[in-house]
Amino acid sequence: MEKTLTLQVNGKKHTVTVDPATPLLYVLRNQLQLNGPKYGCALHQCGSCMVLLNGKANPSCQIPVDAVTTLSITTLEGLIRPDGSLHPVQQAFVDQQAAQCGYCLNGMVISAVSLLQETKKPDDTAIREGMQRVLCRCGSQARVMRAIKQAAQHS
Amino acid sequence: MKKSSLAGAVSRRKFLKGAGCLTVAFSMTDTWAAVGEVVANDRLPDSLRRHPRVSAWLEVLADGRVRVFTGKTELGQGIRTAIAQVAAEELDLPMERVELVLADTGRTPDERYTAGSASIESSAMSVRYAAAAARQLLLERAAQKLGRPVAQLQLENGVVSTAGGKKLTLADILDGKQIEDEVRLPITLKPKHTYRLVRKEVPRSDIGRMVRGEQVHIHDLRLPGMVHARVIRPGSYQARLKKLDEAALRQAVPGILKTVVDGNFIGVIAADEYAAIKGQTYLYQHAEWSVPDTLPAGKSLAYHIKELPAKTERVAEKGIIPSGSGAVIKASYFKPYLMHGSIGPSCAIALFEGGNLQIWTHSQGVFPLRDALQKWLKLSAEQVHVTAVPGSGCYGHNGADDVAADAALLAMAYPGKPVRLQWSREEEHAWEPYGSAMLMELEAGLDNAGKISHWKLDLWSDTHSNRPGGDPSKLLPAWHRKEPLTLKTSGFSGGTARNSEPYYTIPNLQIDTHSIAGPLRVSALRSLGAYGNVFAIESFMDELAEKAEKDPMAFRLMHLSDQRAITVLTKLQELLAAQKVSSGEGIGISFARYKNTSAYCAVAAKVAVNAKEGSVQMQQLWAVVDAGEVINLDGLKNQIEGGMIQSASWTLKEEVQFDARHVTSRDWVSYPIVRFSDVPAVAVTVVDRPTEPPLGAGEAAQGPTAAAIVNAVYRACGKRVRHLPVRPDKVAG
Repeated sequence: MEKTLTLQVNGKKHTVTVDPATPLLYVLRNQLQLNGPKYGCALHQCGSCMVLLNGKANPSCQIPVDAVTTLSITTLEGLIRPDGSLHPVQQAFVDQQAAQCGYCLNGMVISAVSLLQETKKPDDTAIREGMQRVLCRCGSQARVMRAIKQAAQHS
Repeated sequence: MKKSSLAGAVSRRKFLKGAGCLTVAFSMTDTWAAVGEVVANDRLPDSLRRHPRVSAWLEVLADGRVRVFTGKTELGQGIRTAIAQVAAEELDLPMERVELVLADTGRTPDERYTAGSASIESSAMSVRYAAAAARQLLLERAAQKLGRPVAQLQLENGVVSTAGGKKLTLADILDGKQIEDEVRLPITLKPKHTYRLVRKEVPRSDIGRMVRGEQVHIHDLRLPGMVHARVIRPGSYQARLKKLDEAALRQAVPGILKTVVDGNFIGVIAADEYAAIKGQTYLYQHAEWSVPDTLPAGKSLAYHIKELPAKTERVAEKGIIPSGSGAVIKASYFKPYLMHGSIGPSCAIALFEGGNLQIWTHSQGVFPLRDALQKWLKLSAEQVHVTAVPGSGCYGHNGADDVAADAALLAMAYPGKPVRLQWSREEEHAWEPYGSAMLMELEAGLDNAGKISHWKLDLWSDTHSNRPGGDPSKLLPAWHRKEPLTLKTSGFSGGTARNSEPYYTIPNLQIDTHSIAGPLRVSALRSLGAYGNVFAIESFMDELAEKAEKDPMAFRLMHLSDQRAITVLTKLQELLAAQKVSSGEGIGISFARYKNTSAYCAVAAKVAVNAKEGSVQMQQLWAVVDAGEVINLDGLKNQIEGGMIQSASWTLKEEVQFDARHVTSRDWVSYPIVRFSDVPAVAVTVVDRPTEPPLGAGEAAQGPTAAAIVNAVYRACGKRVRHLPVRPDKVAG
């Protein structure tokens, strides 16, 4: 029942032996020990588990791992530059202190990176649309919007 | 030593003694005495009185860094940073030389719950006093070692030095020991005008770690040999397990290490998390339950809770309430059950090994949880060790304690391995203890001058705290085991009455609470009863202002006597002066002082209403807050910004729904909360009062925001929404 698969995660090849139906989220978290993508609902309703699939933000909680073997997968950890410095979006979230508990931070940062790749200088409406899938319970959204505007200026 | 400042200190001491209630510290041996700082406080913070030793609060590490202990935990409110700030400030250390240990039954002071906006007032102030006492003692001991008077010593960056160049680190001074002395008044505190860190927007270091994907949350804690568990909850509060085929499960799902069935409690354990999920899914599909109809579905909840047997208590009384004659204004307000709704469902890790139980939890009270677990599982207090690890935020008592209790049961059935239990989205939604539904019936009279002559509130509510507090019957799995415990109601109505008394000057007043046992499981949600009470009071204030033909702001100001309350409202008025309001738009205001003793908070909301569809778009929220002395300016703003957005979500969107069997709000579609399209611009203005004590502010915006929104909706379209949430059908037309 288990299968050996090769994944492209954060610029590196990883070989895992898992049930091929396992949602990508659990493989990233357990086999690859990545903390970025978080479990939130497994229903595509909250955005906690966002990863970049070929550069676009996608939830990872339902998609089976064997459906993503040909894609380039990037998690929060993979945004950090080789010299250890932060991606401009990560840096903007730190600068704007755009979190409280921070559980939603992964979905926020990944979605913002994806948004800014498609729209270089998004206005408020474009930011809201781009971030609509990600929920926050602490009410950090106003700060997240400030962080995205900062990142847009510096990218 | 400057003579003039010394004289100033003495004269201030005389003045304060004349005031009759203040103790003044004045130590000739301390370097700060030169600038005349005093301790204007005649009692130690509560937590420090219970744990008076310096070593309970801080220790000096071998490399000269300082480790600070708090009995509170990080909820996203930034307490970790605020407490480190006050310690670093008093000890003149850079922030990176101070590390913080959050609540842990094995190490930190027992400060019960991280709740009630009390962490700055109790824990941070205890750390401030302990650090100040430590500084004093360290300097005195350094003086002995160096053969110089304290006045000739400098303490900077963790090094005590003399003018002649002799140096001692904090670790050198203590020779590997810790400061076991008790903190006693008087204590010389650092003069506030010399602060480098306190009041500043010191950034939280944990956000940097989170943004890199480092382990911060309990959900990301990985322990060697850890196995994964899932639970299978009954179909309802009263459901009974009829049939479960364990052999069929093992055949259908490979990789299950253990199935635990104890009455109606069911759990599965697997080495692989997805195998545990498959086991859980199989059992949700195949276990058979009897699920009786027990909930009052289809009835008006506001009507239902008023009909339940109630325990009535008069919580405030002043003057005489007129009966019968005279014109009175009446209105009835309602708030439904609200969900904590953490984005990450609750999670815990438990390890049972050698007869000892270790729990990692995002509970807001590790000591009371330990007490409850120990009684429930028949262990001694020494056998149970509970460590706080931050979880997913919500500000209140969500499933944290329950999932820890679930994990404890599973770990005891599968000893020797750390058992990680992750609740599902549906379990968190359907089983967490909600914020209680409340009905507020208000009545008031106006005199000829348009002032309130009397005020009467009748308030129906279930309790607002069922935290474990050492009582295992409050833990969800305790209801489900073979020998179930029945929830004992706490009889604690304090949460219900919170902010039930208006902060306005009213000559005749009467407030009665009617405590009921409602149909759904409830416990503490951010601000407890204050959200419902302030929503009602501040909606009613607008209704009364209209009857009195007064402007809502002027009407509030004419009933306030506390200058700090007047200041936050007048500042809000200034902020709104330039606002223009178009057709279909409205601005509403609101005010409360949290608990009537904590932070002052005035809120304004600007909304646009589409009368045809009944939709309400929030445009902007403003808050003016006075939390006394500010410890971390950005932390305070973040709490108020987030509090306003969370409260706006409760007010506009949220209502836990149920049918005759159980809760039907089981995901983010059936229980929507605000998304980015709903979120307005927010602006927070802080009135800093560095000479006043700090006041808890984390929950201060919840009530005022609700009323400001509802008042804005009224001004935009003439519809007064008295029953929350502000759904389109109540606004349309």
